[in-house]
Amino acid sequence: MANLTGTKRIEKRFKDLKKAGRTGLVTFITAGDPNNVTSNEILKKLPGSGADIIELGMPFSDPMADGPAIQASSLRSLNNGNLMLTTLEMVSDFRKVDKDTPIILMGYFNPIYLYGITNFVTDAAKSGVDGFIIVDLPPEESEMREPVKKAGLSFIYLIAPTTDSLRIPIITEHASGFIYYVSVTGITGTTSAASGDIATAIKKIRCHTDLPIAVGFGISTRKKAREIGNYAEAVVVGSAFVNKISENLNEDGTIKDGCVVSVLDLVRDIADGLSQ
Amino acid sequence: MSKLNTYKAGPDENGHFAMFGGRYVAETLMPLIIEVEHAYNKAKKDEAFQLDLRSYLKNYVGRPSPLYFAERLTKKLGGAKIYFKREDLNHTGAHKVNNCMGQILLARKMGKKRIIAETGAGMHGVATATVCALFDIPCTIYMGSKDIERQSQNVSRMKMLGADIIPVISGTGTLKDAMNDALRYWVANVETTYYLIGTVAGPHPYPAMVRDFQSIIGEETRGQIIEHEGKLPDSLIACIGGGSNAMGLFYPFLDDNVRIIAVEASGEGIETGKHAASLNAGVPGVLHGNRTFLLQNNDGQITDAHSISAGLDYPGIGPEHAWLHDVGRAEYVSITDKEAINAFQTCTRLEGIIPALETAHAIAHTMKIAGDLPKNHVMVLNMSGRGDKDIDTVSTYIKANK
Ligand SMILES: Cc1ncc(COP(=O)(O)O)c(C=O)c1O
Repeated sequence: MANLTGTKRIEKRFKDLKKAGRTGLVTFITAGDPNNVTSNEILKKLPGSGADIIELGMPFSDPMADGPAIQASSLRSLNNGNLMLTTLEMVSDFRKVDKDTPIILMGYFNPIYLYGITNFVTDAAKSGVDGFIIVDLPPEESEMREPVKKAGLSFIYLIAPTTDSLRIPIITEHASGFIYYVSVTGITGTTSAASGDIATAIKKIRCHTDLPIAVGFGISTRKKAREIGNYAEAVVVGSAFVNKISENLNEDGTIKDGCVVSVLDLVRDIADGLSQ
Repeated sequence: MSKLNTYKAGPDENGHFAMFGGRYVAETLMPLIIEVEHAYNKAKKDEAFQLDLRSYLKNYVGRPSPLYFAERLTKKLGGAKIYFKREDLNHTGAHKVNNCMGQILLARKMGKKRIIAETGAGMHGVATATVCALFDIPCTIYMGSKDIERQSQNVSRMKMLGADIIPVISGTGTLKDAMNDALRYWVANVETTYYLIGTVAGPHPYPAMVRDFQSIIGEETRGQIIEHEGKLPDSLIACIGGGSNAMGLFYPFLDDNVRIIAVEASGEGIETGKHAASLNAGVPGVLHGNRTFLLQNNDGQITDAHSISAGLDYPGIGPEHAWLHDVGRAEYVSITDKEAINAFQTCTRLEGIIPALETAHAIAHTMKIAGDLPKNHVMVLNMSGRGDKDIDTVSTYIKANK
């Protein structure tokens, strides 16, 4: 069978998860953090360690919705001279060894706008990217939506605790791939959410869409992931991995020996929790 | 240049001035920003609100601000007749308070329990802390660590007024970074907190709302200049950081036959790369909730701005200015640190008015062009603020560049 790409690859992944009766693990890392070699190695080993979907952060100088951990990871990557192209090259490289794990690029609009929306979407599709989460493009700012759709990729929208019942259908109407439910009113890597609130919110979203729902922001442990995994098709963990990377850096920025292993161990730990 | 029937129609309902502006924010903020928009639209038509605002502006801020004929500066330059619109005489010493008064009344109407704001030069921070003291609302000000150092007097004022100051060390520790962190705090506290943005930037409705609150500057100027000169001014000039004092002066004149000049900060010179001239040296992009001209590298990463004046040290500009630039309705020029310092000294000595370093940029450009204009050319310069806060910066600069 020919390999599926784009939205189809994401759909297949969720279908397989459902068949296996398992909650998926979506892992976030920033492309090129702490450097390209290590980042590439982590990326390639994520699926083997239990990641079902990969969110790859496109570094941005002014990540408005991110906490200190992801801000710092963005800076580390940019300080290495990484470009949007570097991120796309990482994906192409990954696709040589993995054709099944969906990759979602996550970031902010400005670097894409400057690259040229259509050019970027085309190049991303060629590299093997399957979807985008662009934090500062709410449904009202829709200029990227059509090019993404045309390329057969997913534009994944965020729904937040502040999103009211009137807005949910505006968002779900245009969503594809899955819905990303932001479980805390806040930035990445800070507080953690109350499960009861999440369950209620997800019920509300399901009235408007059949798309799978992934829950993220503020999930950093195996226990929390399991708890939230009861309500959603997938959970997203990001800052916890990014923190593992920064814990494994020496003061001069050089990388300690155990860096990759320590990130992957945490991925494995959380993934195992979700499989039980 | 395209000829439009009116330059005052923008923004459209989604906050766009043609391709500029908009609402590029995280979903978490969207519902609240829409709530601010609805509350503001209601307040605009609410007579009681407007009366309340007028009354505070008159009795607390001290409006109308005078329109002063700068006779000695005019004589020295030997050309255009120069008037100063004296926003420096407002309570708290700058135009910023016009906007703060409007927004704090709105925040009260919305039942918000805490105010946050970003500040560069500290004038917006001081004005925000002031209205928060007046209405007894807790207030948190985000300020870049570099700006805390160079505007220490304003930091003391804010603290005295009861504000919490959060030093921002990310990025370059200037206005852009203060805005990032204020937005991050807001995302986490949207239900209770009102973000009182200090300039005509940020997501819709802020650029239009701040412009409206500042437009009192231009509205007063219209009446005052007719009283003095029996005609509208021939030109208007103002400095731009985000662009609020400029929009406030310009907006009521956009459809009149009046030349409009806005002055950006070119720091050590555009060619050195150390500047804050987003319109003269930037390209369109998206930051802090709107599309506008930004200083950025070829890969879309925002680059650091530089200006001796903390209030102009920002890599973007309000979206309405980006549009006015694009359609050619206003001229956007730039002035270096050195020229601004020189104008600061000239104005102080000739007129006995110590201008803010931000304002000194507008004075410097006036000094460049006034001499070549005819004597019957009437020019209004927005004296956006007083320069007490800048005395140390200027002394240090003069000592270092002797
Ligand atoms: C006195 C004064 N003028 C001008 C500015 C620049 O802001 P804007 O362009 O919004 O008027 C500032 C900002 O801090 C200021 O304090």
